[in-house]
Amino acid sequence: MAAIAIRDVTKTYGKLRVIHGVSLDVDDGAFIVIVGPSGCGKSSLLRMVAGLEPITAGEIAIGGRVVNGLEPRERNVAMVFQNYALYPHMSVFDNMAYGLKIAGLAKADIRARVERAAAMLQLQPYLARKPRELSGGQRQRVAMGRALVRDPDVFLFDEPLSNLDAKLRVQMRLEIRQLQRAVGTTALYVTHDQVEAMTLADRLVVMHNGVAEQVGTPMEVYRAPATTFVAGFIGSPSMTLLAASVAESGKGLALDGGGLVKPRDTALPEPGRRVLVGVRPEHLSAVSAPNADLELKVTAVEALGADTLAHGVLCGRNGAGATLVARLPGGTRIGPGETLPLAIAPGATHLFDAGTGRRIEPAGR
Amino acid sequence: MRTKNVTFKSPWLPYLLVAPQLLITAVFFLWPASQAIYQSVLRQDAFGLRTEFVGLANFRRLFADPLYFDAFVTTVVFSALVTGISMLAALVLAIMADRVLRGALAYRTLLIWPYAVAPAVAGVLWWFLFNPTIGLVAYALDVLGYEWNHFVDGTDAMALIVIAAAWRQVSYNFLFFLAGLQAIPRSLIEAAAIDGAGPLRRFLTIQLPLLSPTVFFLMVVNVVYAFFETFGIVHATTRGGPGNDTVILVYKVWRDAFEGLNLGASAAQSVVLMVIVIALTAIQFRFIERRVEY
Repeated sequence: MAAIAIRDVTKTYGKLRVIHGVSLDVDDGAFIVIVGPSGCGKSSLLRMVAGLEPITAGEIAIGGRVVNGLEPRERNVAMVFQNYALYPHMSVFDNMAYGLKIAGLAKADIRARVERAAAMLQLQPYLARKPRELSGGQRQRVAMGRALVRDPDVFLFDEPLSNLDAKLRVQMRLEIRQLQRAVGTTALYVTHDQVEAMTLADRLVVMHNGVAEQVGTPMEVYRAPATTFVAGFIGSPSMTLLAASVAESGKGLALDGGGLVKPRDTALPEPGRRVLVGVRPEHLSAVSAPNADLELKVTAVEALGADTLAHGVLCGRNGAGATLVARLPGGTRIGPGETLPLAIAPGATHLFDAGTGRRIEPAGR
Repeated sequence: MRTKNVTFKSPWLPYLLVAPQLLITAVFFLWPASQAIYQSVLRQDAFGLRTEFVGLANFRRLFADPLYFDAFVTTVVFSALVTGISMLAALVLAIMADRVLRGALAYRTLLIWPYAVAPAVAGVLWWFLFNPTIGLVAYALDVLGYEWNHFVDGTDAMALIVIAAAWRQVSYNFLFFLAGLQAIPRSLIEAAAIDGAGPLRRFLTIQLPLLSPTVFFLMVVNVVYAFFETFGIVHATTRGGPGNDTVILVYKVWRDAFEGLNLGASAAQSVVLMVIVIALTAIQFRFIERRVEY
């Protein structure tokens, strides 16, 4: 077990710079999820921690020891790969025992360790099988077991669940979390799935174009996204962003499509400033027309059972043109073509600078 | 028998379509093979005036002939050396080419070129290099204190034909090894690296076992090559000499027929070779059918 310190790490492939100075501190025993779209550099970062990619500049330390020049095997990390990377010619037992044999452990010790890990992962009946005789979920467990038996300082997960079907993914997600809690090993987990990120992480790192846009607990990131990218990436369906400018003398926000919105419990920046107004679908509720902040002309309805998503275009006195999604209770009866008056929950409006895309924090808060 | 029902309007069109292939097989395989079998039970006088049926006498004489046994041993040694050396060299080259990121295509292309060289030309090339009088390599060896002369020394002669035969085959083996190595997912190697395995151990415990189908396939192909396709190399370099030190089976077939003018004995040897090649092919097909799958 060990803490990880990543200091101003950059990575270039030829002339292409994929990571632009990322810094990150991971506490001992923490579960950190690095989330971002494909090509954001999250896997490269993980592979640099593992030692599979050289670090172009900066420094990575595991347990206080700088590992920049060390081979993967000298770093005492274990990694779970997206395609599991099980050794196809070895049995499940040998797959898990491979690292231990190399480490030169006694046979009895190896057997005890593998069997303990197999018990944790319910793999005992399969120890003699080859990977090709296992299901996707079982292979995933073997890959976990291989990481587990070595008792490493750090677990590295590279999108380990993306090859599984949706149901299995939810199940394995819970198992990974429980397992990591049980053994208390520091974990770095890379994914593009924001649900995985939210549910697994102690702390979340949202990466975009080689930059860590925000680091925080899942709820911090959800409540106060630092940039428009984070705002759009975390949360499903995505937050709606509307271009607007701050109106004179506290009247509210003038939307570019026309119309005025006055968000409740939200401090506004100085008048005239160009902003992006962010509203999450789940913070909109259907109200009677006089109390509405926004009016939505519904174009499509998705009934998901527990929720109903209403997609539409802003209309009426509160501006026009911009598209918006509202998440309404499951039973809501609404059809395309109808006009839906919506209220924004108090304090749930996010403001971003239109130029930089960064969150505008109200002064004095 | 037919799994797919392809219907031709005219009944003779399908036969016309397979005719060229059948014709080639008939002219270049069936006819010579049947001739060999036919001739192997005949004996002719030196002028070809009289031919008599002798049954299996040619075979009996052949198996009793110590020279034939010597040629057999020479062939086994020769093909073992050619197979071993060419596969090992190809494997080393493939491992190195597999690691090269820049200019990989150029390396690969250059490494494949020797395969395009005809065996006889390859033989002449190496004959020049190793020629005791004018050869560059022979000169270099001389400087190092080794007096190379494959006209006199049987071991030198064997080394020469082994090098010439293996050189050409390295390219072929290299291609298969490289493809085999590149078919192994990178993440397996990385997983092994993280599990603590150094490069050599990774190769021995991960890459080599996963290459085993390729290794087996190439072994059969190389043995077949060394047995049957190396006539040109021997003929262009040592001509079986010195003495009979580099007489391999295919060379003996040719020499007994065209220099010894003993067609019956030569045909019997051809039949023996045919049986060997059929056996090797059967082994190959059998194992390729149930390849190690994972």
